[in-house]
Amino acid sequence: MSFMFDERLDGALPTVDKAAVTSRLHEVLPHMTLLSEPEDLRPFECDGLSAYRTVPMLVAMPERIEQVQTLMRECRALNVPVVTRGAGTGLSGGALPLERGLLLVMSKFKSILSIDPEARLARVQPGVRNLAISEAAAPFGLYYAPDPSSQIACSIGGNVAENAGGVHCLKYGLTVHNVMALEVVTLEGERLTLGSEALDAPGFDLLALMMGSEGMLGVVVEITVRLLPRPEVAKVLMASFDDVSKAGGAVADIIAGGIIPGGLEMMDNLAIRAAENFVHADYPVEAAAILLCELDGVDEDVHEQCRQVREICAAAGATDVRQARDEQERARFWAGRKAAFPAVGRLAPDYYCMDGTIPRHRLPEVLHGIADLAEEYELQVANVFHAGDGNMHPLILFDASDDDQRERAEVLGGRILELCVEVGGSITGEHGVGREKINQMCSQFNSHEIECFHAVKRAFDPAGLLNPGKNIPTLARCAEYGGLHVHHGELPFPELERF
Amino acid sequence: MSELSSRRRDSADGVLADDSAALCEQVGEASAKGTPLAIVGGNSKAFYGRPVTGEALDVRGHRGIVHYDPVELIVTVRCGTPLSELEATLAQNGQQLAFEPPRFAPGATVGGMVACGLSGPRRPWAGAVRDHVLGTRLITGEGRQLRLGGEVMKNVAGYDVSRLVTGALGSLGVITEVSLKVLPQPPQGMTLRLELDAERAARNLAEWGRQPLPLSGACHDGEALHVRLEGGEGSIRRAREQLGGEQVSAAFWEALREQQLPFFNDPRPLWRCSLPATAPGLALAGDWLIDWAGAQRWLKSDAEPAHIRATVSEAGGHATCFTPNAASPFTPLPRALLHYHRRLKAELDPAGIFNPGRWYAEL
Repeated sequence: MSFMFDERLDGALPTVDKAAVTSRLHEVLPHMTLLSEPEDLRPFECDGLSAYRTVPMLVAMPERIEQVQTLMRECRALNVPVVTRGAGTGLSGGALPLERGLLLVMSKFKSILSIDPEARLARVQPGVRNLAISEAAAPFGLYYAPDPSSQIACSIGGNVAENAGGVHCLKYGLTVHNVMALEVVTLEGERLTLGSEALDAPGFDLLALMMGSEGMLGVVVEITVRLLPRPEVAKVLMASFDDVSKAGGAVADIIAGGIIPGGLEMMDNLAIRAAENFVHADYPVEAAAILLCELDGVDEDVHEQCRQVREICAAAGATDVRQARDEQERARFWAGRKAAFPAVGRLAPDYYCMDGTIPRHRLPEVLHGIADLAEEYELQVANVFHAGDGNMHPLILFDASDDDQRERAEVLGGRILELCVEVGGSITGEHGVGREKINQMCSQFNSHEIECFHAVKRAFDPAGLLNPGKNIPTLARCAEYGGLHVHHGELPFPELERF
Repeated sequence: MSELSSRRRDSADGVLADDSAALCEQVGEASAKGTPLAIVGGNSKAFYGRPVTGEALDVRGHRGIVHYDPVELIVTVRCGTPLSELEATLAQNGQQLAFEPPRFAPGATVGGMVACGLSGPRRPWAGAVRDHVLGTRLITGEGRQLRLGGEVMKNVAGYDVSRLVTGALGSLGVITEVSLKVLPQPPQGMTLRLELDAERAARNLAEWGRQPLPLSGACHDGEALHVRLEGGEGSIRRAREQLGGEQVSAAFWEALREQQLPFFNDPRPLWRCSLPATAPGLALAGDWLIDWAGAQRWLKSDAEPAHIRATVSEAGGHATCFTPNAASPFTPLPRALLHYHRRLKAELDPAGIFNPGRWYAEL
């Protein structure tokens, strides 16, 4: 399998005359940056899923909303596919360009338009970095809650496109829970206001629909987010376990105790050792698993919850429970988790990060299943886990220069996601489907459900010009993929013709 | 139909009954014939929206809690389940629907709660119905039941159709099942009454909103500000000292949610004005009750609907008439936005059979 666009399975792309499109766009948008030379296009050939690259036909970098509107109208009239890109940190290839398409780069929309401390709202352009919002809000004692690991670099527009999460979403929600309003430009060049500074707006909840829609329904040009008061205190506990099942049990017991931690993260032994070697976080390298549990809020409540969590972990069989004594130690405990991806990345030339979600109580069997699959495909897998909300990030180690290893890593990744679906979970919790998980969509949804998604798409983009080939597979792709992955002796799409 | 109807009537409290095949069949037939359907649950929110003329599609026979594991913080429940039954089950396990949905009548169902998308006093702090919807089963135009979203906390596979149909008043399909995020009940709660005028209350709330106070309700009833604190014992004690006021019964919040306060006992039309919390007081004749720390303001007024709408829109909000049989209860949509609403409706309900006209005449 390959992640490259395949017209046989993804649908025919229009034939586009690059010279004609370039000259027309220069004519109608003379002040917009338009890149067309190969050396200028090369830096945009991939996003965070960097093993897969396609040089786009053109790169457009507008800086005003009116330019985006004109650009969309022209692309529609000229039948040019459009892929929108934020900071290019996405991990699912959602911004992977098309050879015969235009890449719309939103990086010039980088202003924080307003911070209203009284209303606790920030109005920002889509190219603003996630962390920059919290930095701008900090003088008022406020912050923007969703904090994906890439928050230093990722843009808020990309966060909207993927409905990004982070380590605090069980308590504080995903992007969808923290965005009040969007300005969106449709393929027809219409500018829509979705949501408002009030808590709801009349009509369908198109604001929610736009979240995580991966640039398939429109282009987000402005975002209003809500800000929260910074918690008075945050404490972190680290519990070590000699068995991942015991760690999973402790997670269940914490939740059953009525405690919703600000963050609740698990790492397995390979991830612990990699992180320890990399950042020296003082992690117990012999442990089979560690739990990091952050409790935040008002001082008195946090103090009481820390006591409860220490008791729960001990009762669940923790071999050691430590509470960070000060801010410095708390930062060190988190540093290991936050650096887990690059730390694991040092163990092999390449790593491939999966993003399945599962019902929490299935964790031990899924971890064992992953270990069995890793053995079958002769690859190492490290596991980090947003344990509070059941979001797993197995990291598959491989060498991309070895075609055989790369092939095995892709197949293993797909098998892990199918395992998540089998236990009642999802193929993606926060990274998005993009190009990477397009086939596994066929495991999670049947043909009627996929057709429903296509119907939603048609309402906004009947010509299929916005980010073709991403997020929602064609039924032809599912038929081909289903033919390769027969479950329980049944073809998932028996009604479709096979290629 | 008569056999189906009797089976639906027979369903009693706590029963798990799967009526989805019959519902799919009725939708399929209606779709083939182009017969409009009026989806009916407990009829507790029939006043909400324009009246629908169509064949009744009664979902009450499809009922019961399908799956509930308190440790997962997720419950999956069928649409015809009485809301009271669901909330009682959650309470037995020390959990709750944090968005505090109003019932308005004893028969209110879970399906109606999701379709209407109305949330109670805790909404500004805990989120709305849609913020807790994780997945749905939905019967679409062809009479097929689809599974959208899922029973996990995080799921970005495919479009978020489950949240799209939340609050869509049944106009995009029949919600037959929903998976909801549930949360622990707070360990402690306290209600305070503070003698402040509305303006002073608004200023205080803006200030308190920037502090890590355990607020979960703030309503000015025209005379005093009621504040609810929820959290651990320590944080509540400290907030109580800071805010002052007099401790009163928590029953205030249920009466507010169910519109049972004296304010609502007034023959004039009732308007729900959804506004930015910090919007100043509006110059509209009538009486006000200000909930959601200023973001939801109830108005009892005889003023012209067009004048109310224009004033509320000017302040950055929208106004909905809650008194039954209003010609256009909801604020009209801008042209471009209406265009995409109609396209979505046409794609998901090509025969135009689901609650036609409940939102707007043209949807």
